[in-house]
Amino acid sequence: MKRKLFWIIAVLSLILIAATGCSSEEKPTISVLNYDIYIDKSLISQFESENNVKIKYDTYATPEEMYIKAKAGASNYDLIISSEYMIERMISEGMVNKLNFDNIPNYKYIGEDFKNQPYDPNNEYAIPYFWGTLGILYNQKTVDASSNSWSMLWDENHSKRIIMMDSQRDAFAAALKLLGYSLNTVNEKELDEAKQLLVEQRPLIMAYLTDGAPAIMVTEEADMALVWSGEAVAAMSENENLGFVIPKEGSNIWIDAMFVPSNAKNQEMAEKFINFLCSTEATVKNINEVWYSTVHTEAIKEVDEELLNNNAFNIPHEDIEKMEMFRDPQKFIDLYTERWTEIMAK
Amino acid sequence: MKDRTKYFAYPYQVWMIIFILFPCFLVLLYSITTKESNGLTTIQFTLENFKKFFAPLYMNILWDSIFLAAISTAICLLLGYPAAYIISKTHLSIRNTLLFLCILPMWMNMLLRTYAWMTILGNNGILNNLFEFFGLPRVNMLYTRGATVMGMVYNFLPFMILPIYTALSKMDTGILEAADDLGANKYIKFRKVILPLSMPGVISGIVMVFMPAVSTFIIPQLLGGNKSMMVGNLIEKLFILNGDWNFGSAISIIMMIIILISMSIMNKFDVDKEGGARLW
Repeated sequence: MKRKLFWIIAVLSLILIAATGCSSEEKPTISVLNYDIYIDKSLISQFESENNVKIKYDTYATPEEMYIKAKAGASNYDLIISSEYMIERMISEGMVNKLNFDNIPNYKYIGEDFKNQPYDPNNEYAIPYFWGTLGILYNQKTVDASSNSWSMLWDENHSKRIIMMDSQRDAFAAALKLLGYSLNTVNEKELDEAKQLLVEQRPLIMAYLTDGAPAIMVTEEADMALVWSGEAVAAMSENENLGFVIPKEGSNIWIDAMFVPSNAKNQEMAEKFINFLCSTEATVKNINEVWYSTVHTEAIKEVDEELLNNNAFNIPHEDIEKMEMFRDPQKFIDLYTERWTEIMAK
Repeated sequence: MKDRTKYFAYPYQVWMIIFILFPCFLVLLYSITTKESNGLTTIQFTLENFKKFFAPLYMNILWDSIFLAAISTAICLLLGYPAAYIISKTHLSIRNTLLFLCILPMWMNMLLRTYAWMTILGNNGILNNLFEFFGLPRVNMLYTRGATVMGMVYNFLPFMILPIYTALSKMDTGILEAADDLGANKYIKFRKVILPLSMPGVISGIVMVFMPAVSTFIIPQLLGGNKSMMVGNLIEKLFILNGDWNFGSAISIIMMIIILISMSIMNKFDVDKEGGARLW
């Protein structure tokens, strides 16, 4: 009996030690949640040593996954970087704190084009991080891109050589724009037409991929792929035969932004980190790592000539004017999900 | 004094309760509540999640998964039985090497092994380059249903070979000699003696291959290019992309029921009531 008690005490004290052991250090900690491969990791250690702080860095793959992580509340994040439509949803659900801009003087570097956006009309909650668009990455040796249209993705001459994105909003965006509709439509008739197009496209598709498309384009296994602009920049840097078009019908513009969730424990340090990430030096480092288009007005002057000449990085202004931002469709998302499942299960 | 050792089972029992029973209960709870349930005060019970699954759209996905898994299991059996038979007949020293080679690939991460197949099957992959070298036309292999089935066969084949091998090697040689003495030729000996005696191994092999095959999501994603959606993919999407944990849980429960039913049917055919080569 005594021995049993001994073991119980031993196990309990072990658990206690394990639970308290990590917090015995005095260093303040902030936890950061970001997309995978979306920061120059050296910046994290730089900030840690400069401010005597520990950063718990965590990643996710899709905004929906982030939402679940933030909502489940298993760990309280102090800073999250995510996409605008999800931030819009979280703001409307009261999950985002207002920022204290006194702590973020580097906000002045953020380009005016990216302020006052619909997800945060009064610039209170979120600071833009990177932005990008949706377009077609193609092989210049085999594809004639002169049509400059989304219809390229429906070209039967490239049957089984086209890669679609396995992402319902993005796939629907291409189809809706080709039909001349808004990519935020909640009109069932328009959605059905787009679904019909995507069903017709299915036999031409080589694969529906989430993030493998650039790699396959680099090895020239496929002729065309629907990709995000940063993926295109990365692929084009590895294979000079690749080109990128943003179709004339218009495309999606997205902004990823930094925000402090309402259950954050150390908002001040999070704001300090935001300010650090908005510095010119840190932004230049990040650009050379993630290759998406920058929102920073000073950093863009310091990137390589080659990158500036790339139309997937330095996106022409006339293209930006035709772009549309994803809005949170709220309950209408079910209309998209249902149709996308029907397309994928055909 | 004599049952002191039973305490050693306690950690495992606690482990089971926390990490197996409790999660199963949560899945069940999610499957019978609505999306709007937030905590105990607002909980709302419903069977809507189960009803939804019986729509033709989801039934097609289910049948397709069962179809692909059944084909993979059949191919595994056709390849695995002879392999197990040959291994069990070889000399002991070679036998261990052969078994080792069977298990060896499983030491490597499954994702890595599956990625390797992408470079073999691709349009500019190893196989297509080989075809070209011999003057044959290139074939589209990657991102087809065939590639999915191949990936499943490759990944799950050891689960078929090992239980069959165990059943075959455990066989009493005296019975085989008796069959010879009674004048059975090779064919009859196999059909009337060896095959029935190895059935427990075959059945546990079928279960061991079919179960992971019917619920896999990474193989159809990487090798099938997501073109044939399987139940595993659907569940993954519901959880990760759509945040519909309730419907996802309901499908998981339905899958568990299907697997339980198929296992109990399989057990009916189990000749060896002692559970000979079964793994549980």
